[in-house]
Amino acid sequence: MSDLFMFEKPMGMRDTFPHLYKMKKQIRSQVESEMVAWGYEFLETPTLEYDETVGEASAILDQQLFKLLDQQGRTLVLRPDMTAPIARVAASKLLKDRNPLRLAYSANVFRAQQREGGRPAEFEQMGVELIGDSSVSGDAETIALLITSLRTVGLKDFTISIGHMEFVQELFLQIVGTEERAQQLKKYLYDKNYVGYRKHVESLSLSSIDKQRLLRLLAIRGNGDSIEDARGLLEGDKGTEPLSELEELLSILHDYGLDQYVTIDISLVSHMSYYTGVLFEVYADKVGYSLGNGGRYNHLLHKFGAHVAATGFGIRLDYLIEALSPEAELSETILVLFSAERRKDAIALTHKLRTEGKQVISQDVTGVRDMDRFTAQFTEVEWMVGRSGKAGGNE
Amino acid sequence: MKELTIAMPKGRIFEEAVVMLKRAGYKLPPEFDDSRKLIIDVPEEKLRFILAKPMDVPTYVEHGVADLGIAGKDVMLEEERDVYELLDLEISRCYLAVAGLPNTTMNEVAPKIATKYPNVASSYFREQGEQVEIIKLNGSIEIAPIIGLTDRIVDIVSTGRTLKENGLVEYEHIVDITSRLIVNPVSYRIKHQRIQEMVDRLDEVISKETIR
Repeated sequence: MSDLFMFEKPMGMRDTFPHLYKMKKQIRSQVESEMVAWGYEFLETPTLEYDETVGEASAILDQQLFKLLDQQGRTLVLRPDMTAPIARVAASKLLKDRNPLRLAYSANVFRAQQREGGRPAEFEQMGVELIGDSSVSGDAETIALLITSLRTVGLKDFTISIGHMEFVQELFLQIVGTEERAQQLKKYLYDKNYVGYRKHVESLSLSSIDKQRLLRLLAIRGNGDSIEDARGLLEGDKGTEPLSELEELLSILHDYGLDQYVTIDISLVSHMSYYTGVLFEVYADKVGYSLGNGGRYNHLLHKFGAHVAATGFGIRLDYLIEALSPEAELSETILVLFSAERRKDAIALTHKLRTEGKQVISQDVTGVRDMDRFTAQFTEVEWMVGRSGKAGGNE
Repeated sequence: MKELTIAMPKGRIFEEAVVMLKRAGYKLPPEFDDSRKLIIDVPEEKLRFILAKPMDVPTYVEHGVADLGIAGKDVMLEEERDVYELLDLEISRCYLAVAGLPNTTMNEVAPKIATKYPNVASSYFREQGEQVEIIKLNGSIEIAPIIGLTDRIVDIVSTGRTLKENGLVEYEHIVDITSRLIVNPVSYRIKHQRIQEMVDRLDEVISKETIR
């Protein structure tokens, strides 16, 4: 193997430069205050977890996990999401004190890139988990909080697609009969392969009415009649419960005054069986990837021994910043340049400005090599050079 | 009305796709086909076309720099990108096949396969219960068995002429290939109306062709 250059980083790992750090911090604190205002409490969990517990329970595919061994030879993972660690903490401890439990996080998560660059392998995610509440109000609360959080930071052009895992599952079971065949259909939807889905449906030995029911599923979308249309696909009352839940969800979001941000997308599914009910994805103009997602995951807590329902969401801070594309602003920092004779005055002035809440750099003139280039980066420069008592504090 | 960016594959599929878009009623300039430009704007339709290597089309669409794309199923299988495959355009029909010199068997110890599609080839042979070694080539795959680089090739066959002219025969038919309309997941939501309209118009053209 060739030697590494000093500038090289592992694939997908990125530096956060000062201006981006500032932006991230600002957005993080705005979202954080919103989440806190809704009564969600922030917590931190370790970066490393056991593969056997958190790694297994996570919704992230195995091949995307960063794995390493500890001294005893146990497999560890860098946390690929925050939902599984929070489920672990909640089930083993926090739920005993409060139920339902409202928790929030802002943390870096790690997902290995398999093929090529272009996407970060470590990124910050912010989100909430509402654990122990199985009501539709709970689903609505998380979606409403997601929308208000995005609005707080100034995001305008975005939409949240909402689906329901149980509806798709029930419809498929009704028509194709077995779990295995339903899985096959779900996989086509998850792979976003509508062509394959249609061809597969055509190849099944079903009545043409049933085939039409399966094909019409792909066309149902939008808020107007889509829930009614979906109801039309079912036979009998079985499977209508998820649709009533979606109806209730929309009407609650209407009460929040936020229903213009959501669209029903009945064919939205997640991989495997992670989400169990309502699920959603956030899409914004200008960014090619989903900004965040969430939904109800009633089985995850069972893996940690607590038989409670849960729902939540996570937003990707990096994509959110991309969607906002805030303009880089010139540094608001004041530069105080001093020479040795007036160092004492400079210290006093700097202290005064800092207590006023300003950001101040104090810099000895002898320490700067290229004065023009250095001062050009600041809008406000105070010169404190030459003998004290003389005029010329502001040259 | 939001502008749509469409990634088009250069070469064979491009011409057929352009004919199809024209039939669907999109007014494309007459010199559209023989332009050497890589980005072509059609302001009257609010469309922008980017011309890419066929294998790269799904990459542009996945990253969202193109809202839509036209890509062969062969490329979709090879690249496995996170995009919607909305429509089978039923153009550029061909298939992926295993070929080699006539009356030969594969090396028993380490059978070697030359291909432009390492992903497709390795999963195909794995499904057949055969362990093979894949050698990736970028073109003129037919040479590989002739000069003894590999036992077999996995490649696109449309008429079978290239195989025949190089003295190769087809051993196995892997999968049928046609071109697909693919869409970025975010664009599919954000620009849904325009995209759905295009899908419907193209779908109409396809169903007319099939009846004939």
